[in-house]
Amino acid sequence: MFERALAGDRRYWGLVIVLLFIIATGFITYLWQLKMGLQITGMSRDVSWGFYIAQFTYLVGIAASAVMLVLPYYLHDYKAFGRITILGEFLAVAAVSMCVMFILVDLGKPMRVFNVLLHPTPNSILFWDMMVLSGYFLLNIVIGWTVLEAEKNSAPPPSWIKPLIYLSIPWAPCIHIVTAFLYAGLPGRGFWLTAIMAPRFLVSAFASGPALLILLAMILKKFTKFDPGTKPIQTLAKIVTYCIIINVLFVLFEAFTVFYSQIPEHMRHFEYLFVGIAGFGKLVPWMWVSMIGMITASILLVIPAVRRNHSTLALACVMVVVTTWIDKGLGLITGGFVPNPFDRITEYWPTAPELLISIGVWAAGFLILTILYKIAVSIKEELG
Amino acid sequence: MSSVYGTNTRLLELPFTKAKGMGTMKTVDEKTVTMNRRKFLEITGVSTIVGLLGGWGLVELFAPGELDASYLPKKEALVAQRWAMLIDMKKFTDQSAEQCIRTCHRIHNVPDISNPKREIKWIWLEHFANAFPGEEHEHMPESIEEERFFVMCNHCDNPPCVRVCPTKATWQRKDGIIMMDQHRCIGCRYCMAACPFGARSFNWGDYRSSIKNRNPEYPTREKGVVEKCNFCAERLAKGLIPACVEESKGAMIFGDLMDEQSELRKSMREHYTIRRKPYLGTNPQVYYVI
Repeated sequence: MFERALAGDRRYWGLVIVLLFIIATGFITYLWQLKMGLQITGMSRDVSWGFYIAQFTYLVGIAASAVMLVLPYYLHDYKAFGRITILGEFLAVAAVSMCVMFILVDLGKPMRVFNVLLHPTPNSILFWDMMVLSGYFLLNIVIGWTVLEAEKNSAPPPSWIKPLIYLSIPWAPCIHIVTAFLYAGLPGRGFWLTAIMAPRFLVSAFASGPALLILLAMILKKFTKFDPGTKPIQTLAKIVTYCIIINVLFVLFEAFTVFYSQIPEHMRHFEYLFVGIAGFGKLVPWMWVSMIGMITASILLVIPAVRRNHSTLALACVMVVVTTWIDKGLGLITGGFVPNPFDRITEYWPTAPELLISIGVWAAGFLILTILYKIAVSIKEELG
Repeated sequence: MSSVYGTNTRLLELPFTKAKGMGTMKTVDEKTVTMNRRKFLEITGVSTIVGLLGGWGLVELFAPGELDASYLPKKEALVAQRWAMLIDMKKFTDQSAEQCIRTCHRIHNVPDISNPKREIKWIWLEHFANAFPGEEHEHMPESIEEERFFVMCNHCDNPPCVRVCPTKATWQRKDGIIMMDQHRCIGCRYCMAACPFGARSFNWGDYRSSIKNRNPEYPTREKGVVEKCNFCAERLAKGLIPACVEESKGAMIFGDLMDEQSELRKSMREHYTIRRKPYLGTNPQVYYVI
């Protein structure tokens, strides 16, 4: 099947070359980071995780959201998703690949990463995260590839794939729950120390992932002969609507507990993010854009006419993707580290090399996605 | 093409297919009957290998430990059931406190980084409100409000840093000291996120050139690994008390928390002591006389 990724029109190759160029830029910057160490990033003794870990966290959500297609299709036999389930699975593969790359570029000693396997440590959530992420990657690439190959041959998929598909359904939320547990179990980090972290991760993932899928499906429809159909997009739009509303609610629940209880160790982080402390407030405008954007998107998506019109739906989806990204990809990690354990403020902002490396990783993920989607779409086009 | 699984619903009930309408015994019979010579040999072969490996493992497990003996502490080493430290800041002058820091950082090859965002520190001074956030109030004695307190790794009895480390690069010794293996650390900095005391530093770059007077008896660190105070484990092994305690001339006491007769416990009986953030349940083992 892979040969389909090697035959494409000029637009396809143009995209591949542009992505390769961005990847190369990121890779060269990464070599510089390998030589210089993580001092080329904006991270510090006080904010010891930054943009890389935040992107990782956001992308785990995107990966997990494939289950929003797989579950209705395989458990409820919701046939409308049959055409696009593969898009969700391949998006998960690309997203998990990016997660792994973001973890790698964040390590001070990347050449020692296999120490995690050499010295397995079940009391470390990071160990479990590595386990569930690699398992999820394998599940999705094997399932996606096998089902697509069967579809190409107009044959039913082999019988051994079905248990794997069922396994992948509970596995998907697990990757995001474990990722939330990375943060939610740390004493002394009041911003993260909340039981709603995992549920919030899940709903924001199930809003942002399907929103991204809608946008990707629209792009495919515009540039290829593959038509995902209106019905699956409309169903996905409803999933996005429910999840983004629940996400807004979860943020408000958290805000209630934090501000009504008035416990400083929990409140200070919210103060830093939403009003700033002692003149420090780099993230304040971003957080407000995120919150107002999320609420606006919720209101827009509730209106049936907005959802049915694909231009307005696309706009709402862009809002969901961007606002949830600000929430997780910018605010969540930094917010947990500011103020620091000494109740002092050290701000964080990614540096140019840090952004170049991050964009390189995003481009690598997008290249994987482009190739996988090219294969899937070519086969779907042939079958008509 | 509506569903690729339209014709294949049988799979849904895979585990039950054989048992359906037959009863369990029948299924077992079926399996026995279908086992041929080749299969039999395969199974016995594999079982033998597994058995041999298992047996060998058991022998290894119960063999007398030759290795253990060589890791026993030397005769001159200081040993304890549970090391702990007591600090009385009133007994320090600014100069003597700075001297403690300088000595610790010199003998442990802690680099001198001018940028506070990237600095490495094992022991340093913080005002009361920063060392004990939430414990301060407006009307406390100025002597305490303006006092600066030594902060360092608390060598917690229930250490979150050890709990989160994915490679066991940071671990707890039997005597309570939290150690760091800079050769195993992958630099994920999860321990830094987990430590509620900000005790850990990361080598953001190659800082070896920033070490002023290199002590050849203690290793330097590469870029990309985490480090922190080790209660002078290398000195204890030679029978010496921690360098800061030695330098403090009685303002710091280091001893065995489990030994009622120790100077540490005697001092704890005489003075009221507090710890940093005890409510987090990490059970820190650095005590402060207030």
